[in-house]
Amino acid sequence: MSEMAATRDGYGQALLEIADNAKVVVLEADLGKSTKSLHFKNKYPARSISCGIGEQNMLLTAAGLASSGYIPFASTFAIFTERAFEQMRNGVARPDLAVHLCGSHGGTHTGTDGSSAQSIEDLAIYRTLPNVVVMHPSDYVSTLELTKQLPALNKPSYMRTARNKTPVMYRGRESEIVIGKGITLRQGTDVAIIACGVLVSESMKAAELLAEKGINATVVDMHTLKPLDGDLIDSLASQCGAIVTAEDHNVIGGLGGAVAEHLVTNKYAPLEMVGVADRFGESGQSDEMLEVMKLNSKYIEQAAQRAIARKS
Amino acid sequence: MTLSISELEEFARKCRVEIVKMVYRAQAGHPGGSLSEIDLISALYATRMRVRPDQPKWEDRDRFILSKGHASPGMYAVLAEMGFIDHEDLHSYRVLGGKCQGHVDMKWCPGVDFSAGSLGMGLSFGLGCAVAARLDNSERRTFVMIGDGEIQEGSVWEAAMAAAHHEVGNLKVILDRNRIQNDDFCEAQMRMFDIPAKWRAFGWEVKEIDGHNMEEVMSGLDFLEATNDKPAILIAHTIKGAGVSFMENNPSFHGAAPNDEQFAQAMLELGEVIV
Ligand SMILES: Cc1ncc(C[n+]2csc(CCOP(=O)(O)OP(=O)(O)O)c2C)c(N)n1
Ligand SMILES: [Mg+2]
Repeated sequence: MSEMAATRDGYGQALLEIADNAKVVVLEADLGKSTKSLHFKNKYPARSISCGIGEQNMLLTAAGLASSGYIPFASTFAIFTERAFEQMRNGVARPDLAVHLCGSHGGTHTGTDGSSAQSIEDLAIYRTLPNVVVMHPSDYVSTLELTKQLPALNKPSYMRTARNKTPVMYRGRESEIVIGKGITLRQGTDVAIIACGVLVSESMKAAELLAEKGINATVVDMHTLKPLDGDLIDSLASQCGAIVTAEDHNVIGGLGGAVAEHLVTNKYAPLEMVGVADRFGESGQSDEMLEVMKLNSKYIEQAAQRAIARKS
Repeated sequence: MTLSISELEEFARKCRVEIVKMVYRAQAGHPGGSLSEIDLISALYATRMRVRPDQPKWEDRDRFILSKGHASPGMYAVLAEMGFIDHEDLHSYRVLGGKCQGHVDMKWCPGVDFSAGSLGMGLSFGLGCAVAARLDNSERRTFVMIGDGEIQEGSVWEAAMAAAHHEVGNLKVILDRNRIQNDDFCEAQMRMFDIPAKWRAFGWEVKEIDGHNMEEVMSGLDFLEATNDKPAILIAHTIKGAGVSFMENNPSFHGAAPNDEQFAQAMLELGEVIV
């Protein structure tokens, strides 16, 4: 079995690795144990700001710190970042302050906590905000690397991490991980699967299922949803002529939405979207949720077949 | 229902057993805040709530809103004891398709009046229920249970201010003051200073009790029922994890399940023999 780790642990580790930068400060809203910012708090209590259970206050406190030359990292569950959406919009994005917001426990994969904790809209809503960079890495190493790049970004950002462990894919490939650049994990010319987060490894499995049937798929880890790697999508449209997106997120407005917006205004290719079919989740184990929501490798494979059938 | 103090204590004990069993079976969930609230919710349902378990959507029922929706095992145990759901349904806690979702959910479970899980929402929702009852000229009351960590949410204070402004005397709040939130003690996460004074300053009637002393719980509920000209809050001093020694005052059991050995010990302490 390959190495497994949670992306939220990658975030927690990254905070420790960027702590040498004295401007880095960490804010939390009573979920540091869960988002993993607690490691930073334990080591650097003076640069950790507990905001209690108060997400709205946390976001604007972070904005004030950013305007004063600090580099704030604020985290809570993805779903509860949404309570502070307007603070993020008017207090962070509009003045273009480099606050880095991390929402852990994103998606239905989060599991038995149920629908109130399973954000399926975070990527969509943050994507609509000017200035904000939106990321959803797939593994521990890429989360670590992307987070380490944030102090130099000088832009507000939102990153979704996941609660549960996923396969570690990028050991030794750290240099390939750059904000805004999709990563091609596998090359094939019949169809391109563009995925993010926990569905990247599911897409790799789907590519293997397709290979057994003689279909060669490209798999791309689109860890940055905004700015979207449009050049890569254009080349996938040319080379493969059929595209599938896969995300543990509503089909409306997330990765599928972003790719669709790009395709219809650039080089077109038929697109099939694997995502949550505009419904709320429920309590269930992670693997059960991927099945109930029709998100796992089987459904990605089927979507690939449909996309190929639509090639003109 | 009229139950004696010792009958109420037995009601709550049975619920404690179910709480620990639910969390143990699921190997996930929130025992601490379920055990701290349970004496209060038990007495409330068993002696005050005007509800019809066989008719959970009866329009003129009193409403109960568990705003700290993570402490759902406590509510499910009471709903089973009251007959809204079967004891068998408690096995569906955190199970796919189950009535007993991780956080209480009105779409899934009969007897649940609010889909909670995001803190700081229940009081505003309860205000809406209370205003609706007034518009309907209905005698129904709305009870809302909130956590002490939860009141750090600003929205709680928006609701508190609005409830006093609108003089909703049919809105009754119970604050589970167990001194612990998710990561740590409240004192470490966000000091709240004089909580009773804050509610008074917002225009509320306030009473403080020991939330595990059934006599005091009953007099606290009397106070809530008797206050009808303005909103009232019962601040119940409780122990997070109450009834299971190793969970008591232990922030680690906010959201963690007991292992086999701990489960056996909990059952022993709660006077339940496992067969
Ligand atoms: C808006 C929001 N932020 C964060 C959380 C995560 N969370 C769940 S329970 C909890 C602590 C709640 O503490 P308290 O209100 O004191 O409840 P109790 O001690 O009774 O369990 C937190 C932070 C949440 N559910 N909702
Ligand atoms: Mg508490």
